[in-house]
Amino acid sequence: MITTNRPILFKNARLIDPDSGREERGGLLVRDGIIADVGPQVAAAADAEIIDCGGQVLAPGLIDMRAFIGEPGAAHRETLKSAGEAAAAGGVTTIVSMPDTNPVLDDPAIIDFVMRRARDTSIVNIRPAAALTKGLKGEEMAEIGLLQDAGAIAFTDGARSVTNAQVMRRALTYARDFDALIVHHVEDPDLVGQGVMNEGEFAARLGLPGIPREAETVMLERDIRLVRLTGGRYHAAMISCGDSAEIVRAAKASGLPVTCGVSISNLALNENDIGHYRTFFKLSPPLRHEDDRQAVIDALANGTIDVIVSDHNPQDVETKRLPFAEAEDGAVGLETLLSAALRLVQAERISLPKLLRAMSTRPAEILGLPGGRLQRGAPADLILFDPETPYVLDKRQLRSLSKNTPFDEARLEGQVTVTMVAGRIVFDRRTAS
Amino acid sequence: MKDAHPIAFPHRHLLGIEGLSPLDIKALLDLADEKVEVSRQVEKKKTTLRGRTQINLFFEPSTRTQSSFEIAGKRLGADVMNMSVASSSVKKGETLIDTAATLNAMRPDLIIVRHHAAGAVHLLAQKVDCSVVNAGDGAHEHPTQALLDALTIRRNKGRIAGLTVAICGDILHSRVARSNMILLAAMGAHVRLVAPSTLLPPGIERLGFEMHRDMKTGLKDADIVMMLRLQRERMNGSFVPSVKEYFRFYGLDQEKLNYAKPDALVMHPGPMNRGVEISSEVADGAQSLIREQVEMGVAVRMAVLEALASHLPNR
Repeated sequence: MITTNRPILFKNARLIDPDSGREERGGLLVRDGIIADVGPQVAAAADAEIIDCGGQVLAPGLIDMRAFIGEPGAAHRETLKSAGEAAAAGGVTTIVSMPDTNPVLDDPAIIDFVMRRARDTSIVNIRPAAALTKGLKGEEMAEIGLLQDAGAIAFTDGARSVTNAQVMRRALTYARDFDALIVHHVEDPDLVGQGVMNEGEFAARLGLPGIPREAETVMLERDIRLVRLTGGRYHAAMISCGDSAEIVRAAKASGLPVTCGVSISNLALNENDIGHYRTFFKLSPPLRHEDDRQAVIDALANGTIDVIVSDHNPQDVETKRLPFAEAEDGAVGLETLLSAALRLVQAERISLPKLLRAMSTRPAEILGLPGGRLQRGAPADLILFDPETPYVLDKRQLRSLSKNTPFDEARLEGQVTVTMVAGRIVFDRRTAS
Repeated sequence: MKDAHPIAFPHRHLLGIEGLSPLDIKALLDLADEKVEVSRQVEKKKTTLRGRTQINLFFEPSTRTQSSFEIAGKRLGADVMNMSVASSSVKKGETLIDTAATLNAMRPDLIIVRHHAAGAVHLLAQKVDCSVVNAGDGAHEHPTQALLDALTIRRNKGRIAGLTVAICGDILHSRVARSNMILLAAMGAHVRLVAPSTLLPPGIERLGFEMHRDMKTGLKDADIVMMLRLQRERMNGSFVPSVKEYFRFYGLDQEKLNYAKPDALVMHPGPMNRGVEISSEVADGAQSLIREQVEMGVAVRMAVLEALASHLPNR
């Protein structure tokens, strides 16, 4: 048993601090749950437990701004405990959980419940995002001030978009007084209509109704105009195409408090992966054309896109083993987030520090969390990984209670060896079964 | 003596505080001070408006303002007739201007008007030959409320100039706030507006008032805390999330009142929503002027009616 009081020294590591961009060989000393020292020369504490990293990468733990967890209400798909285990195995040390639960996270008492339950059962940090509107109905704003006091880290209607512009305007206006972050799923449901995949040639071929890029861009443009009007802090949860990236770039250039994310699926996959109606590839936003995938990778590399999210969404057989158009959206992603993202490094589309920045430093900055830095005084939320270890994913090995991964049998490179949360080792592949 | 020689008030109507000079305001407040004494006597009846007809034309229901004007008119000897929307021909489709013309033909001397639309009282005033008093038009102005507030402040603090007055709550929908902002600034008070951004009219920051989104900074060292009513239909997620949240962050309780000066006084135009914008503890507490405001209301309205009497058309 590891006592939390005993210091831990990581030595012989490839240290990457995505905040400063610094990359160097050295060590890192953890004491009392924080990084006590880091650098080429770190004095060993006499009583420290020593982990020889063997040249592997030591970096801040990943912060995933978007995961759906079934607790409360759908614990057969995922619990706070199982999500924590999946996250730890994937190198995610902080999860922002979505409010689309049953009951919805729109009441301070329910936020309080989730916070306590996560603390008691999850091995990683889970911070709930509260509903932006009551019951996720998009009509009346939720108790932003009281929910924030209870511990809500952001406000979002999760997988739903707020279609009423007046509601969105008032929510942005009100949230600004509390410096609360509004995270929005940008997808106009009327333009989505019956659509189930990217609109275009491939959808035409499959005989499936399409979702135009404009479902995303129209909503995003509207939101950005409302941000300009209100000054509220706004984060577009996920964008999926080049046009959206251009809209966000322009908004940032004009100084608006706008940030955005991208789902790992839209970075790693495209619509062709749907193949012959494979429902594990039915996602929202949908997998787009390869040109869009390339455009969002570019936008990530040039900083227009701030963060990468897993968009972890556990679904069971009942909701996925259906005709494509009838299946639920979503894929699990916590455990494969890092491996799938590393493909971009292997393809030389982005540097490793920049990639890690989009999964640790930037989410921490946007959410106001102290993590995401490999610096003295930062919380000891850390991952040790070899970015080049090849493996083939076997979905049966996933710790998540749901197995709906789009990466089953995929060849991936890079796996987490050790995950540490607040100075405690919560995952260790060297000893894991 | 004073009844026989009304003050020189250079306006035929009282449509708003906007347009009144500090001298006009001071004259009305001085006159109102005398009317307080009149109202405290056993014999309250004067003859200033004897033979005059005053119509209270209320397109919006109001118990306290209407009865205050009715008592004021009667104490000055006028014949007062109340006309509320429920019994008027407006319900039958008559336009505001037709109503005005009809009433005008009955040769009233004073019409007191409340209307739900901003600017409606101005419109009506253009169509009648008598004096018109605005008793509240939409979210525009409610001049007699601002005057009674000013009278209450002056009698308790001895002055208005130099005081810090925090106006808190639903400023967006409040005609009381607008009239008070103008009057208090004109009389040299330092006015602060304290509200969530959803309850502030966009663009108000350009009017030059000190703005606060937080009661703690907004009430700091205030001499007067003026609370506004939050209407029920605005509490549940449209402008603010809930009563609970509103009271927690913007409701005046003793803890928040302690941010203000120790001798700060609390006002509210009524009717109050206890537990929404104000706690009972504060509303009924030693720092509350809310009852006194009602008394000052009658005095101010008597002063206004008397001041306008010098311009009555058939004099």
